[in-house]
Amino acid sequence: MTGAGAGAIPAAAGAGRAAGAASEGGFVVTLERYSGPLDLLLALIRREEIDIWDIPIARVADQFVQVMRALGLDEAAEYLEMAARLLRIKAQMLLPRRGDEEPWEDPRHELVRRLLEYQQIREVVDWLAAAARRRAERYARGWLPGPPRLPPAPPELDLTELMEAVERVLAMAPDPVLFRVMPRPLDVEGATRKISALLAEHERFGWRDLLGEHPTIVDILSALVSLLELARRGTLALAQSRPFTPFEVSRGPAYQTA
Amino acid sequence: MDQRTRLLEAALFAAPRPLALDELAVLDPEASEDDWRRALAELRDHYDVEGHGVELAELAGGWQILTLPLFAEAIERAAFAERPARLSAAALEVLAIVAYRQPVGRAEIEDIRGVSCGGVLRMLQERNLIEVAGRSEGLGRPLLYATTAQFLELLGLADLAALPRTDELSVALRPLAAPEPERAAAAAPAPAAPSPAPPEP
Repeated sequence: MTGAGAGAIPAAAGAGRAAGAASEGGFVVTLERYSGPLDLLLALIRREEIDIWDIPIARVADQFVQVMRALGLDEAAEYLEMAARLLRIKAQMLLPRRGDEEPWEDPRHELVRRLLEYQQIREVVDWLAAAARRRAERYARGWLPGPPRLPPAPPELDLTELMEAVERVLAMAPDPVLFRVMPRPLDVEGATRKISALLAEHERFGWRDLLGEHPTIVDILSALVSLLELARRGTLALAQSRPFTPFEVSRGPAYQTA
Repeated sequence: MDQRTRLLEAALFAAPRPLALDELAVLDPEASEDDWRRALAELRDHYDVEGHGVELAELAGGWQILTLPLFAEAIERAAFAERPARLSAAALEVLAIVAYRQPVGRAEIEDIRGVSCGGVLRMLQERNLIEVAGRSEGLGRPLLYATTAQFLELLGLADLAALPRTDELSVALRPLAAPEPERAAAAAPAPAAPSPAPPEP
């Protein structure tokens, strides 16, 4: 296996090579050769031409530990776990068996099951790798990266189209109504003169008489301010018979015929 | 070629991925699935019989126009196209387990491999070769993984059924008489007749 990153995952810490393993005490794991303890175990079984159904567990356990040491694998938890498992099976195998009538369960059974399962996976891996190699020899039309999530492209238009669109929008818009605010000073003095003249002629009169045929807002406000001011001074009195009826203006207590 | 077959060819040429039958249906609402099947067959024959640089391949549940393997080397030498990055042995192991056991959780994968594989799972997810297919009902409700259409595309498979059946493998999960029975002949479909590879030096 030459791929540099091959199997770079199984061990927890840094990648390294067997060469540097023996020397320093650091965490150095050979990652290229075996993809895990089961892989190493299978390799041993093949190398020694061992019958998988009758594994000489003592021999395999010793060799496993030996290879682990040689490759600097002895700190990788997964390899350590497998080594421990092998040693336990080895111990179980050494225990004297009780009477023949009791069924004896081979302690190697679980290990064999896992090895076979793993070997099956390795076979599938070979098949997958071959399939991927064959597929890689056939190119699709130009490799396209996935569509990036970009905002939609700006619309294409020329200046006349743009101007026409502006025209259409303007045509649809209602005519703008513009208000110009102009200062209009109230003519309180003029209203006062008019009120005085009316009071001189009549003792009382409706306030509408103050206003001409078509009074402007300024006329009304001027008259109102003037009336209130004169009422405050007592020159005239304001009276309203009922709510919302026109009020009546009459001479007040301070009225003097000047 | 028939007008519809030419439309099919144009669509496959324009699309960046394999097109499935139901996607082809959008091209022409008047054409039935059988019409498209006929068009696909005609296009395939057209490429195969007349001798073209491309062929019609059934991939990931759809069809795609691919170049012939014959020209792969020249195309790559000229740097007109790149082969996808090859997957590591660890990645292939995880993919193999997910492909056969899906939906499958991380614990089961690690149990079979005997090594932890969080990093590989993440990488495969980033390459969109596996995806989270749900959660197990088990303790902690762990995530379950399944393969994607991208996985089929990368391996050139029409669907998951194109994977070798487990009983076609030389080591099957059942009692065997001999340690390494020679059953390679039975594992017919793939040219890569699986045989236990010797440990590489």
